[in-house]
Amino acid sequence: MSTITAAPTAKDFKSDQEVRWCPGCGDYSILAQVQRVLAELGAPRDRTVFVSGIGCSSRFPYYMNTYGFHSIHGRAPAIATGVKVANPELDVWVVTGDGDGLSIGAGQLMHALRRNVGLKILLFNNRIYGLTKGQYSPTSPIGQRSSSTPFGSIDAPVRPVSFALGVGATFVARAVDVDVKSLQGVLRAAAAHRGSAFVEIYQDCNVYNHAAFAFATDRETKEDNIVYVEHGKPLIFGKARDKGLRLSGSTPEVVRLADIAESELLVHDAHAASPAHAFMLAQMQYPALPEPMGVLRAVEAPIFEEQVFAQIHDSRQRAGQPDLAKLLASGDTWDVS
Amino acid sequence: MTPAASAPSATKQALPLRSVTVRFAGDSGDGMQLAGTQFTSTSAVFGNDISTLPDFPAEIRAPAGTLAGVSGFQINFSSTEIFTPGDTLDALIAMNPAALKTNLSDLADGGILIVNTDEFILQNFAKARYASDPLADDALQRFQLHRVPITTHTIEALKGLDLSAKDAERCKNFYALGLVYWLYDRPLDTTLRWIDAKFSRKPALAEANRRAMTAGYHFGETAEIFPVQYRVGRATLPPGKYRNITGNQALALGLIAAGRQAAKPIVYASYPITPASDILHQLASQKHFDVRTLQAEDEIAAVTMALGASFAGSIGVTASSGPGIALKQEAVGLAVMTELPLVVIDVQRAGPSTGMPTKTEQTDLFQVLVGRNGECPVAVVAARSPSDCFAAAMEAVSVALRYMTPVFLLSDGFIANSSEPWPIPSVDSLPPIRIRHAEPSADFAPYRRDERGVRPWAIPGTPGLEHRVGGLSKADVSGHISYDPKNHQHMINLRAQKIRNIAAELPPAAVEGPPQGDLLMISWGGTYGAIRTACEQARERGQRVSHLHLRWLNPLPRDLGQVLRAFGRVCVAELNMGQLRTLIRSEFLVDAAGLNKVEGRPFNVRDVAARISELLR
Ligand SMILES: Cc1ncc(C[n+]2csc(CCOP(=O)(O)OP(=O)(O)O)c2C)c(N)n1
Ligand code: SF4
Ligand SMILES: [Mg+2]
Repeated sequence: MSTITAAPTAKDFKSDQEVRWCPGCGDYSILAQVQRVLAELGAPRDRTVFVSGIGCSSRFPYYMNTYGFHSIHGRAPAIATGVKVANPELDVWVVTGDGDGLSIGAGQLMHALRRNVGLKILLFNNRIYGLTKGQYSPTSPIGQRSSSTPFGSIDAPVRPVSFALGVGATFVARAVDVDVKSLQGVLRAAAAHRGSAFVEIYQDCNVYNHAAFAFATDRETKEDNIVYVEHGKPLIFGKARDKGLRLSGSTPEVVRLADIAESELLVHDAHAASPAHAFMLAQMQYPALPEPMGVLRAVEAPIFEEQVFAQIHDSRQRAGQPDLAKLLASGDTWDVS
Repeated sequence: MTPAASAPSATKQALPLRSVTVRFAGDSGDGMQLAGTQFTSTSAVFGNDISTLPDFPAEIRAPAGTLAGVSGFQINFSSTEIFTPGDTLDALIAMNPAALKTNLSDLADGGILIVNTDEFILQNFAKARYASDPLADDALQRFQLHRVPITTHTIEALKGLDLSAKDAERCKNFYALGLVYWLYDRPLDTTLRWIDAKFSRKPALAEANRRAMTAGYHFGETAEIFPVQYRVGRATLPPGKYRNITGNQALALGLIAAGRQAAKPIVYASYPITPASDILHQLASQKHFDVRTLQAEDEIAAVTMALGASFAGSIGVTASSGPGIALKQEAVGLAVMTELPLVVIDVQRAGPSTGMPTKTEQTDLFQVLVGRNGECPVAVVAARSPSDCFAAAMEAVSVALRYMTPVFLLSDGFIANSSEPWPIPSVDSLPPIRIRHAEPSADFAPYRRDERGVRPWAIPGTPGLEHRVGGLSKADVSGHISYDPKNHQHMINLRAQKIRNIAAELPPAAVEGPPQGDLLMISWGGTYGAIRTACEQARERGQRVSHLHLRWLNPLPRDLGQVLRAFGRVCVAELNMGQLRTLIRSEFLVDAAGLNKVEGRPFNVRDVAARISELLR
């Protein structure tokens, strides 16, 4: 993050545009948390850029009183890469959807993550195509009925956090739209990460896929269905915090704390060099296992744009200051008089 | 001991010629491109005007000896100004039967034919689909056939060197080069210098290539088979310092120069494709000019990275060829809608689809002019020759930045790889590129236009200019999302008018030849040289033909309609099936004729001459 210039409030980050999402859409909560966290971090509005693709979620930049670019379907990570290479001082956030980021734009998302471009990428996963009126998406579960799958979808879904880990993302986290505290924490951690930060946000599409994540939002049951992961802490969950996860061979299993010694519990390591532990967490799926929320992985690696500039710097060391006249006259030359 | 420029052979007479066209042809592994570029450098440095036509297969190395594997390099060198690589060959060097088969039809009657007899063996006849030894064919009597065992001679010349048999054999292109150097009385020093530099760390190879070339040269001098030498004198080119340059080199230099003149970094993002990849290679090695090169994961990422860079205040440039341009078009539409600068270079090649990757065409004109959804006008400029790519690149960047618009810059496979002497411009003479940035003010609006209809560039990082852009239809001035019907029409009109306004700063249509007459030949892009040459020759024959070359295809010169009406007939010559002709006919309601060819090769001057005579009959 850039340095603090003034003490902004969440309101300072609201643009003058009327928000046009459906009433009850999970995007509202995400917008509010992003505005709150940026204000709290003292993000300079003039050096903050929101880039998005296409979809309900991708309308996000219009509502932020920062610089913004609502681009074309799936290409926000590439646009944002260009922004970063033009000016690495900018704080660049990407907002994408499950269709935008994992269907049409999976290629761009993959390559931004593997390059470790300094982008904060928020993927709003509502497991549906909202803007085009409710077709199933690449994150929809098998059997999902939608306008384009009247008999249920038949293709296996992709898990966004697994995808990100698979392509080498250095920061991978997950949160739920209405779980305000956890979402804010994840956003703060993403903002602090140097390199690509990938955040999947479970988002309710109130109109086309309402309650797809009820297991993770229902006040009564959610604590039994999700586990908040924290680096260095054992994985404990449950409304009464009476359950934990332990490894059985190489697979996690749920155990009652009463039945085991705490030392047997799996301890979260977000900074492990190998992504194997994070990947194992990413694969945990309700209802068999609680789904992890929080930062699954955060490791340091060389940052793309820094290396772009390091090479420019090195070339200057080697070749000296640019001399256009010399360049134009390079190779064999001859004089005509 | 090597013959040098100062010591030309005195044993045989040297016949003066005005200009000569030579082609080296052989297998892809025979080093013909290298022999050709060396001959080019030598002739350029010697002081000839030159024009070249490299012609190579798309396959990296097709099976040796086959027709598919033939690679050729043609050079026209002259004592007068020339604009084409030549129609017919005065000399052909055929390193194997396949090269003979694919190239012989271009050799002029009476022309010199040098063949490497070591490769004219039974098994190679079959590979070249010859039933028997083609050298025994009476048809070859039309030519001055010289049978030279080039491989044998090369290996003999290299005896005693610490070299594998394979490495020794590889030097045969330098033997052939030396022989042709002798034939045209060329100095060896340019190539000797090149060998020294290239093989500075491999002295054995340097010595081998030197010896092979010298052996070829001496063979020409001493063998009985060549009765005469030929000499092509220096051309009288305008004074100055010159270098030899290909179109792709000139594009790269033009972009770097434009970045300097605009005082902005170039962000060049592209995905490899023939024949555009060279531009990326060239720029990637010039990072100290603050050129930021990105090899993107695909064409769409390349153009969107460039556009993102432009949004953030750099000069976003991407390049490709036809298939890649098709993939970029959605993003070009976004650049039109957001009114951001962007330069998209299209080095055209033969299509449709993958087509013939290494062959030239001008078939993308419609694709760049109209190949996007919606009413989506962009500026289009086309380079006319290899060295002109430099100026064209600077103009494209300048218009993109000053009019806040994407600009398509058209090149083609021919000018990308061919070369010509370039009078190196002085850096002080380069035109400035003056950009208008938005200034923070109480009434800042991202889509408030100036008198030319151009919105200001408001760059992220500037306090007070925070704003949002995007592909949704936007309200005039404020840039907010708008679905208002009248506003939509209004914005489409404004964007179209902005492109038309560029014409105000473009020069009027420049007719070469009299401003009226029986026929006006119109060209654009890389066919300039052939059309110019044909028109000049036609006027020498007394035909009332003038030539108009269009540099900007959008907008067109404001006086074009008037110019067209001063001629009895108009003919548009282009390497497509009539794309510019269709445009001219519909814009100006003139009954324009066409000269069209899509064979993957440039026009021959004689094709154009024949069409001129036909139209004047
Ligand atoms: C090239 C292109 N193809 C298709 C579309 C239509 N389209 C718009 S949004 C969308 C799906 C968006 O889904 P998602 O990314 O999940 O966003 P959501 O609306 O659910 O937030 C599609 C298919 C488009 N705008 N552009
Ligand atoms: S369609 Fe769904 S995702 Fe889109 S705005 Fe409405 S509720 Fe939100
Ligand atoms: Mg969605």
